[in-house]
Amino acid sequence: MSTRRVVITGQGAVTPLGHTAAQTWAGLLAGRSAVGPIGGFEAQQFSTNFGAEVKGFVAEEHLTAEQLRAHAGAGKSTLFAMASAQQAWKQAGLGTLDDLQRRRVGVYLGAGEGTPDYTSMVAMNLAGWDADKRQSDPVRWAQSAMSLMTPAKEIEQEPNVAVAHVAELVGAMGPAMNCMTACAASTQAVGEAAAIIRRGDADMMLAGGCHSMLHPLGMTGFMRLTAMSTRRDDPSRAARPFDRTRDGFVMGEGAGILVLESLEHAQARGATVLAEIAGFGSSADAFRITDMHPDGEGARLAMASAMRQAGLDPEKPRADGRPAVDYISAHGTGTKENDTVETRAIKRLFGEQSAGLAVSSIKSMMGHLIQAAGAVELIACVQAIATGWLPPTINVSEQDPACDLDVIANEARDMNARGGVEVCLSNSFGFGGQNDSLVVRRFRS
Amino acid sequence: MRRKVAITGIGAVSALGVGMDALWAGMVEGRSGLGPIERFDPSGFASRLGGEVRGFTARDHVPKTYRKAVKVMARDIELAVAAAAEAVADAGLVTKAGAGDGAELTYPAGRLGCQIGAGLIAADTTELSIALTTSLVEEDGTERFSWARWGSETGAEPGSGGAMVNLQPLWLLKYLPNMLACHVTILHGAEGPSNTLTCGEASGLLSAGEAARVIERGDAEACFAGGAEDKLNLMAMARMHLAKRLAATGDSTDALAFCKPFDPSATGGLLGEGGSVVILEAMDEARARDGKVYAEVAGFGAGQSGLAMAGVGDGEPPEVNEGLVVAIEAALADAGVRAGDVDAIVPAAMGVAWLDTAEAGALHAVFSDRLASIPMVTTRPFVGECMAGGGALQLAVGAKMLSEQRLPARLHGSNPAEGLDAGACASRGAKFRTVLVCSTSMGGQNAAVVLRAANN
Repeated sequence: MSTRRVVITGQGAVTPLGHTAAQTWAGLLAGRSAVGPIGGFEAQQFSTNFGAEVKGFVAEEHLTAEQLRAHAGAGKSTLFAMASAQQAWKQAGLGTLDDLQRRRVGVYLGAGEGTPDYTSMVAMNLAGWDADKRQSDPVRWAQSAMSLMTPAKEIEQEPNVAVAHVAELVGAMGPAMNCMTACAASTQAVGEAAAIIRRGDADMMLAGGCHSMLHPLGMTGFMRLTAMSTRRDDPSRAARPFDRTRDGFVMGEGAGILVLESLEHAQARGATVLAEIAGFGSSADAFRITDMHPDGEGARLAMASAMRQAGLDPEKPRADGRPAVDYISAHGTGTKENDTVETRAIKRLFGEQSAGLAVSSIKSMMGHLIQAAGAVELIACVQAIATGWLPPTINVSEQDPACDLDVIANEARDMNARGGVEVCLSNSFGFGGQNDSLVVRRFRS
Repeated sequence: MRRKVAITGIGAVSALGVGMDALWAGMVEGRSGLGPIERFDPSGFASRLGGEVRGFTARDHVPKTYRKAVKVMARDIELAVAAAAEAVADAGLVTKAGAGDGAELTYPAGRLGCQIGAGLIAADTTELSIALTTSLVEEDGTERFSWARWGSETGAEPGSGGAMVNLQPLWLLKYLPNMLACHVTILHGAEGPSNTLTCGEASGLLSAGEAARVIERGDAEACFAGGAEDKLNLMAMARMHLAKRLAATGDSTDALAFCKPFDPSATGGLLGEGGSVVILEAMDEARARDGKVYAEVAGFGAGQSGLAMAGVGDGEPPEVNEGLVVAIEAALADAGVRAGDVDAIVPAAMGVAWLDTAEAGALHAVFSDRLASIPMVTTRPFVGECMAGGGALQLAVGAKMLSEQRLPARLHGSNPAEGLDAGACASRGAKFRTVLVCSTSMGGQNAAVVLRAANN
């Protein structure tokens, strides 16, 4: 069994900060907030009536007329994924695959469910209501559903359909999967895709995620859990991870997709290597359905596994005296619980080294892309390695003493005078206690 | 040398009953679990027969202290929790759930993983409709649905007294697909690598394959693996009708008349609820603790089909499911066996004519003329289409075929296409060494697992 090195050779993103990975990165370095009042639906009377929407996205600018015809039914987040995949494919210098190659290329996404078809959903539930019995009448419900629902709109909501579209776009026929591990999904997808390449089951994988829960029921689920910020008077400052006055996360939407490749495959075709996936760790809190483990045991375990696979000792400084990782892209949702627990987990794992660790949460700017968050945050880590700049956490007015890490507050940090950025750790934790971490490293042959 | 992975415990919940024994007994006796849908009045749909699990609640399968949590479990979660409990007991593992009186855990928490495939869980229509019908406002004498009213009472501060408060606070957590795994990990203290694959009917087999990889690469000693899904609810019924996957049964009560795997005249399948969770364990660890081994997970492969095969768009479906060919060939190569070594196949055989034609096309491409002499085992006529649970049930049956050295019975409402050993037959003893289990999905993901008899 081979254990091959896995590298990143392309990346694409559609986020509230821009419609490409480059635009997104520029927004992140500028410390720009993409959060504002929701325009996509009638949300004014919601306790959280703001979010980070992808604005002005036109599929025609990313995909050819022929592609759009072949993928006519694709829903919003699937189109985000296809645009991202197209960018990543192009950056990797890839074109049409021949029949043999197609079997060696796979797709692994953490794509979320599509946006419901609200017109039919609302109408059929109202029509199916038996007011006397205070329950849905199954016969009336069924009859109205069958007359109101559109087959294509329903199947496009299935979470594994984005994989089918992305695979079709490039002609991939190899291992293809979709995972839904909540907010950890696309970090998981990248990690699992890397494992598939490492084992030799594919030479290349398109990996990442896409999601939009910026719609009434998506928002409702989190409002009922009181997980979202209600800072209605100041939306652009509502996402404030690690700040003492943080009051929840802010919903975003988008996609991030990377081209992963075995090193020998990338070198054989003369591809430019952007960075190396050095380690991946997955764990479960196995604690409670609503709360994180208070000591962040699951988070620690995922980070520890990723570090071990990368051959890094979290408590030991590198030869140049700097900590084993230069930057942690925190899950950093901006809920009271997450940021405190994540801090605790980082400190438990890195011990004394945690004092010198630069940490930030780009969710402060682009919002929480839910299943797509991890892939975009990994792209930010790759960009940090490429440029030597670390993106900030904005809206930190007063850092929470319970989050006493080196939080890159409000302005991007230039690491070039300090030797640049070598190694980053990217965390994603999901409801249900799902934890995933990736270590990404500057590529050195 | 690659680390071998074994199936050491099986749990199943299906229309044939709660427990793997109930499923296996029904399949050996040739008794279908399908019948009229009784959970709700299905007469608004064309398809009114299915595979219900009667008299089942997860309350009977969790510790007393956990019973309250069953209230926030959608049916899919309940099925997975019960199957996992049975798998643990069957494997003789001591997990947190059973480690009451200081009994020692078989494996440390961080070395026990979990991968349970799931579907999109449908929200309870009554709970949702109570909220939606509270969200009407009067405008010019007519009632209109309003998201503003959903958010707050008319004229009130945003977020105060809106219709959405009719949904319980933990509403979302009842329906997140990873909640199957979440509850299982909590109950059994499984802190190791965890994942939830959502690839339709292929979810269960993909999860088993991926969990086997986790053990093989040394990231865990044992994993829960499988999948579960409840398709007997209004939303699932509606969507599957729209996707043209279901037989129009009208008022017929003869479910078997509609179950026609690999029959080009089949008009569609019937839905069910159920699933299976198995314990995958490193072979050396299982042997060291004298654990029972049902079978070895010897090979795994996955592949993607094109959009038409995935049921997406309006393209003409192909005669051969090429993505399935990729998956099967990868699994055979992974197991180090040739097509000629396969003794039996547990295919998806959904009873949907065009899907079965493409599956048979793929099997022909791999096995050529020898396919006619390889017995197939078709599970849907017994339990219906359980989507994420379906592939997992196939896996459980495949493992049992190897440990029992027996071919279960086959049920068929008519006759399969020529050249396939898939027609009605009684159960019989057999000599199986290698069994192929494969699955295709709405969405186009395909999975294949090669199971090998354990040398007990």
